Order: sequence, then structure tokens, then C-alpha cells
Amino acid sequence: MSEPLFDYLLRLGDERLVLGHRLSEWCGHGPILEEDIALANIALDLIGQANLLLGLAGEVEGKGRDADALAYLRDAREFRNHPLAELPNGDYAFTMVRLFLLSAHAYCVLDGLRSSSHQELAGIAAKAFKETTYHVRHSAEWLVRFGDGSEESRRRVGTALEEAWRWTGTLFLADVVDQELQARGLAPDPAAAAPAWRALVDAVLERATLPPPSAAPLSGRGYRRGDHTEHLGHLLAEMQVLARTHPGAEW
Amino acid sequence: MSGPDAPADDAEAGESEWPLWEVFTQPGAGRPHEHAGSLHAPDAELALQNARDVYTRRGEAVSIWVVRSDAIVASSPSEAGPFFEPGNDKAYRHPQFYKVPRGVRSV
Repeated sequence: MSEPLFDYLLRLGDERLVLGHRLSEWCGHGPILEEDIALANIALDLIGQANLLLGLAGEVEGKGRDADALAYLRDAREFRNHPLAELPNGDYAFTMVRLFLLSAHAYCVLDGLRSSSHQELAGIAAKAFKETTYHVRHSAEWLVRFGDGSEESRRRVGTALEEAWRWTGTLFLADVVDQELQARGLAPDPAAAAPAWRALVDAVLERATLPPPSAAPLSGRGYRRGDHTEHLGHLLAEMQVLARTHPGAEW
Repeated sequence: MSGPDAPADDAEAGESEWPLWEVFTQPGAGRPHEHAGSLHAPDAELALQNARDVYTRRGEAVSIWVVRSDAIVASSPSEAGPFFEPGNDKAYRHPQFYKVPRGVRSV
């Protein structure tokens, strides 16, 4: 087994890199100029967080790989992001539902991670926590407006919620890596953040006048070994093509 | 996006168009809020969030005001003569006979 902290940082970093890339796909295609800028801002926040986390992961690994090498020169099976982050954007309702569920998850995890005994990780968590607070606020306000909006917006957000909800079953999965980090005081118990996440989600769904999702969550934990949906490979092909076509290029 | 001279008119713009909002940002504590620009938003909360994303990305503000453009009452450009010109030849209204002490800013 490799260093557990390396694995843990990859999980955090990859999730932000992949979700940030997905959001960046909206750039120039947003439904209105103001939303286009809002999503690009959030995408840049996430990619900035990924840069810090993968940079630290490279240092922990100690094999000379920097954030760019980890982002651009790994294949899909080496990525450790949660599959919800890699699903295609779908319509704006799905984009916002997915962003809300993952931002709320990040918010609850980062809250505890700010107290990590690893000073640099605690610092990154504190910075990311502030950014994530806004991501939750922005996406939550859209959920409320879709749910409590027109017949069509309500139908679309309901469909998006059922679809995204199936993937939330493994958000708080704790495995040997989490247990090891918790034992060393580096990261909180993932399960401890679950009640706060559910309370946050329920409060927003209530404001949105949306019923709790009924879809049974999937339990597959294969993504921790590198099993992903077919969508991640396509995403990486586009994200990595420049770096792989011109190895070592700087600009 | 319509310019500042075109007040938001929901009926004219059609129901699918969001209303226009004017954004005022305060560059620092104790400074006045200044007009930064305008944007479209469906309601006040999202106008505030959009203003944050469009006008304060580089740390330009410590506070934001948003107000519906159609709530602003503006003077008429065609009446600018009688409205403003009477003030132009009354030099005694300008405090130009005082020296501003060194170290005083934002005057």
C-alpha cells in the first residue's frame, strides 16, 4: 500500500479537478452572461484547490511528480475522484444539483479538515472552506428557484435530483485510508460529516419545496480502486490532450 | 445587455428576460459606494451573487448594493441646461479658497 496521505490527497484533489473541468465546459455556453461568469469562477476555485492538493500529494509521494504531472499524465484508472463528479453536465438543473450535493459534501468534510494536525493540509482546507461556502450558497439558491419555479424547472430539477441521488450512497464511505488518517489525527472520520450533510441537503430541499429523493443509492466502491464510469476517459482525453501532445511545454 | 440609458422594462423585454439591476460597490471601509455597472438577475439575492461574481472578482469591494434599475429616478438629459448650468458661474460655491491639509485623502 502506498502512503495513505498520498491516496487521501488524490481523492480530494481529483474530485476538484474533475468537477472543476466539468464546470469549465459551461464557459461560453451558460444560459446567461452572469451565470456563465459565476460558473467559471467556481470552476477556477476548484481547479485552484486541486492544484494545491495535488501539489502537496506530489511532495508526499516524493517521486518528483508535481501537480501538473498528476493532473495530466495519469490515466482514468489512477484517478480517485467520486464518480458523481465525472458525470456529464446534462442540463442546468443537473449541473446545479450535482454541484450542490458535492459542494455540501465538501463543506462538511473541509469543516473538520481545517483542524488537521498537518499544517499545510489544514491551511488548504481553511482556504477551500471559504470558497466552498459560496459554492453551496450559489447552487442552493438555484435549487430553490428551480424547485419553487415553473412546472418545467420543477420537473427538471426533480429528475436531476433522482439521478444524482443514486450516486450519493458512497460519499461518506470510510476505508482503510480514512481510518489510518483519522488514527494519525490528519483527517476527521468521514462518517462524522454525514449527518451535517443530510441536514444541509434537507433544509435546501424543503426551501425548494422538493420531496426527499426516493432513488436507492448505489453502493459500488470501485472508484477507490480506479473503476469509473465511461465518461471519465472522455473527459481526461480532452483535458490532457495538450499536455500530452507537447510534453514539458511551458507557456 | 441594454445600456444604462435604457431602464428595465419587463413588459417590453418580454417575460423570459430577467430585470436589470444597478450595482454599487464600496472599495473600502468609510468610502462611498460607487456605481460599478449593471446586470440581469431574477431576484435580489441572485443579483447580489451575480454582482459579487461580475464586479468583485479581483477584490475590488468590501460591500455591494444592488437596486432594480427601474427603481432609480433619473434627471432628463434634455433638461440638463436649466437643471445644471445655473451652478456653473457661481465660483463662490466652490471651496477653492481653502488649503487642504497634507495627509487628507479621498476629498
